[in-house]
Amino acid sequence: MIVTLNGSPEELPDGAQLSDLLAVHGHTTAARGIAIALNGAVVRRADWAAQALDDGDAVELLVAVQGG
Amino acid sequence: MDDPLLLAGETFSSRLILGTGGAPSLDALEASLSASGTEIVTVALRRLDPTARGSVLDVVDRLGCRVLPNTAGCFTARDAVLTAHLAREAFETDWIKLEVIGDDRTLLPDAVELLDATEQLVDAGFQVFAYTTDDPILGRRLADAGVAAVMPLGSPIGSGAGIRNPYNIAILRESVAVPVVLDAGIGTASDAALAMELGCDAVLLASAVTRAQVPARMAEAMRKAVEAGRLAHSAGRIPRRLYAEASTSFAGLPAL
Repeated sequence: MIVTLNGSPEELPDGAQLSDLLAVHGHTTAARGIAIALNGAVVRRADWAAQALDDGDAVELLVAVQGG
Repeated sequence: MDDPLLLAGETFSSRLILGTGGAPSLDALEASLSASGTEIVTVALRRLDPTARGSVLDVVDRLGCRVLPNTAGCFTARDAVLTAHLAREAFETDWIKLEVIGDDRTLLPDAVELLDATEQLVDAGFQVFAYTTDDPILGRRLADAGVAAVMPLGSPIGSGAGIRNPYNIAILRESVAVPVVLDAGIGTASDAALAMELGCDAVLLASAVTRAQVPARMAEAMRKAVEAGRLAHSAGRIPRRLYAEASTSFAGLPAL
């Protein structure tokens, strides 16, 4: 399946979950300082580990950066 | 002098809050944060950059500072509220520096969207630190809505123009019971001291330090300025007069 990660298409094995997508990018579901939106809605931290993904999903993966 | 800062039910000894935007490197940032003595540091959320090395969060955690995430770059209440919820997941804190700006040239707050977002976030259990204009009436509306602190700008973000309307800041300070944090526009140490002399409870600044020629030295200057301004405010300054008032008595002057 193909999902959109931060605006770019990304291919994942069918049945892949959010935790798999995080792992591809070097993060675990325990990582501090990251946040995830799925199709425009916030995914609660407690739900990261079990969150399924579907073809066409749009994922925003955000991290802490410097900012005033 | 024991004079703690109370914010959202927590106690701090430093009255200087540092933003991290604009620092040339994480090492430079860490040196500045250390020199400033700050205990609260703002951070932002952005899309993952695979080329980035190190994290601002590691620096903040190493220094034992509290994180105050912001909603920088949001133009609508909807985006700001969504960003605040993302920040709550990322940093596991209810604290949010709420910025809802009206345009990218002035970065001035959009009062209507700001108040809307404030009400939504307070209802959702957030401790809202509201970046606002120096309008005392809007400050009162934000306080009535339940913010943890009202944070008026001295002048536009990053302008370094100091406090353009000190009278409004003083009126705003008198108008609300919650803490007032002067946020944005500070250019140099005297601006930070003035904010405290006007009665502000704390100062939040970023560019004045991170973009200074020697950031860590400016951070130390800001720490001292905030302390000096706070002391001066509590000491009670003499009134301004048009004419002189002799400090040496004329009584007992010899006939020469």
